[in-house]
Amino acid sequence: MWALVKEYYHKFGSPKHFYELTGKLLPWFAIPAVLCLVVGSVWGLAFAPADYQQGNSFRIMYIHVPAASLAMSVYVMMAVAGAIGLIWKIKMADMVAKSAAPIGAAFTLLALVTGAIWGKPTWGTWWVWDARLTSMLVMLFLYVGIISLQASFDSAKSAAKSSAVLAIVGLVNLPIIKYSVDWWNTLHQSASFTVSDKPAMPPEMYLPLIVMVFGYYFLFATLLMMITRCEILEREVRSRWVARVLLNRPLKKN
Amino acid sequence: MGEDNQPLSLSRAFFSTLKRELKIANRQRSQLVNPLFFFIMVVSLFPLAVSPEPSILRTIAPGVIWIAALLSTMMAADALFKHDFEDGTLEQLLLSPQPLFLLVIAKVVSHWLTTGLLLTLLSPLLAAMLFMDTNHLSALVLSLLLGTPVLCFVNAIGAALTVGLRKGGILITLITLPLHIPVLIFGTGCVQASVYSQPYQGQLAILGALLVLAIVLAPFAIGASLRISVSG
Amino acid sequence: MDQEYPSEIMLSAKDLSCCRDDRDLFVNLNFDIVGGEVVQIVGSNGSGKTTLLRILCGLMDDYSGDIEWCREPMNQCGELYRAQLIHIGHNAGINPILTAEENLQWLLDIHGQGGADNRQIAEALARVGLSGYEGVETHRLSAGQKRRVSLARLYIEGAPIWILDEPFTAIDKEGVRELENLIFQHANRGGIVILTTHHSLQETASRLKRITLDDLSGFHEASVDDDGV
Repeated sequence: MWALVKEYYHKFGSPKHFYELTGKLLPWFAIPAVLCLVVGSVWGLAFAPADYQQGNSFRIMYIHVPAASLAMSVYVMMAVAGAIGLIWKIKMADMVAKSAAPIGAAFTLLALVTGAIWGKPTWGTWWVWDARLTSMLVMLFLYVGIISLQASFDSAKSAAKSSAVLAIVGLVNLPIIKYSVDWWNTLHQSASFTVSDKPAMPPEMYLPLIVMVFGYYFLFATLLMMITRCEILEREVRSRWVARVLLNRPLKKN
Repeated sequence: MGEDNQPLSLSRAFFSTLKRELKIANRQRSQLVNPLFFFIMVVSLFPLAVSPEPSILRTIAPGVIWIAALLSTMMAADALFKHDFEDGTLEQLLLSPQPLFLLVIAKVVSHWLTTGLLLTLLSPLLAAMLFMDTNHLSALVLSLLLGTPVLCFVNAIGAALTVGLRKGGILITLITLPLHIPVLIFGTGCVQASVYSQPYQGQLAILGALLVLAIVLAPFAIGASLRISVSG
Repeated sequence: MDQEYPSEIMLSAKDLSCCRDDRDLFVNLNFDIVGGEVVQIVGSNGSGKTTLLRILCGLMDDYSGDIEWCREPMNQCGELYRAQLIHIGHNAGINPILTAEENLQWLLDIHGQGGADNRQIAEALARVGLSGYEGVETHRLSAGQKRRVSLARLYIEGAPIWILDEPFTAIDKEGVRELENLIFQHANRGGIVILTTHHSLQETASRLKRITLDDLSGFHEASVDDDGV
């Protein structure tokens, strides 16, 4: 049993194995991602019934809500990967954490932009200091901090360790920030309706949303693997197996 | 070096570090007053930029004073470990058999005494310049008294992470600003509650809780960051 | 000052390798250092001498292999190991704004060696030729004098392991001889000294050991004496 765990630990910690494994896994995530996203968006945007209050503008929810939910969970995942890299010195965890940051930031930005677009027909302005949008904005700031810290180190190891510490500090802060922003919002309540506040939705409305959420998660996994694979090649460029990969690639295709 | 004087040397290490930092600060008084002038200048920009109208200034006063205090502590934080990193003090700190936790707290406490505390003492003057009612001074001073040490601890994390970098400066601001948001919200919330003649003890209690959390957790993050920066 | 260290103190490295920025600094170093030995790390510029010293201090964990202190893994000994250690690097933690005495007082306080009073510090400063300079802010001192302030610790602290990075830098002839004597005295008492220097140590005794860091990088450069000795 212990030997098995140890073997997995070594396998998963080795960039070469990770590269090979994700090479095999990639289609199993990419295809469901495309399927779910196509099915979910066509269903949600074209066939789901219009909202009795907001009309058709609510349909942006199918893009906004999954992005917002991913923004948070990617951050948690990144901090956990960073912590694993910091504690057990697993290089792969560092690379995964590094690759996750820009994806998380992109989802956060998407959530903010779609939130703003949703706000226009709902509130009549592009931006409202509503609790969720404000939390998203702070979330984006956290990502920006981590990415810029990551980018300012010359050594990949120091960069990984430092940004892992910052991500963990951010993770501890996240519930406090969330709570404080919510509290602040109740003080200055101006909007009576909050974006993505879900009343009881009929199944025709929430089923496409669930499909979209799955699609986003598959998309995230696919992107994460792709970026991490690039990162591996870049970092292990001195090793022999990467040289072989880089040489074989064009040959295989021809 | 017997076992028996271990606790004694623990407190000696703490107070010696504190004393050393205060001595250094005292010998560089220009460094000491810089954040204070910055604090005053930022606040005095608001009447110029927004409006000198007392009614307007009165409403924005809590936020303006708090944001200025936050920025001033951040400006000061850049130098917190910089010189220690350059002259090898940081290495000696890490090589000390005393718990790093304790030495780090000593450094942050001295940093607070020389920035946050002075800003807090200065804040009634600025409140007067922004036409804040004297009734609300206690809320302002108390919230700053509890909130600025939290700011100092979080700034120290940022300073420790960036100390080895050639281009620290604005990066500290970028990485610590989002972490300051809760303190800012409850700090200004406290003063605003007082302005609306509501009880503000709740906000003070939350600031106190944040302070406890910062004292307990931040030194670990600072210590880990310093080790990373020194080994890098 | 005159205590004998227990004879079983020992620092050993097994398969110690370090790779920095995609460059192997050293690979599979194996050595045992026992009490009473002076170890000189030899190698050209950029061969990783300072890195090796920092690893042995526990300041860097960026290596593979094992380091044992008295048969225990060094990184598990933590403060017990650090209490046995004096490290004087290129920059020795001397703050320019503080006086020589204040600097030493703080260093001794955080290193937990109880009972270093002003008299002892004044004595140590006198030993390194700085009597009368106790109250002078160290930014007024010359490079060599600053170096001497940091070396004064060696006269007070009772730690058995000394790890010294280029200790002879900026020190005059007289000072070099005294420091050399101090180093070998420490070894005679059963202590360990690990140092890097381009200065050739006079002592011919068998207790002087050399660890040579091979230049693995293929980056050969004339070894320039940049320490002015």
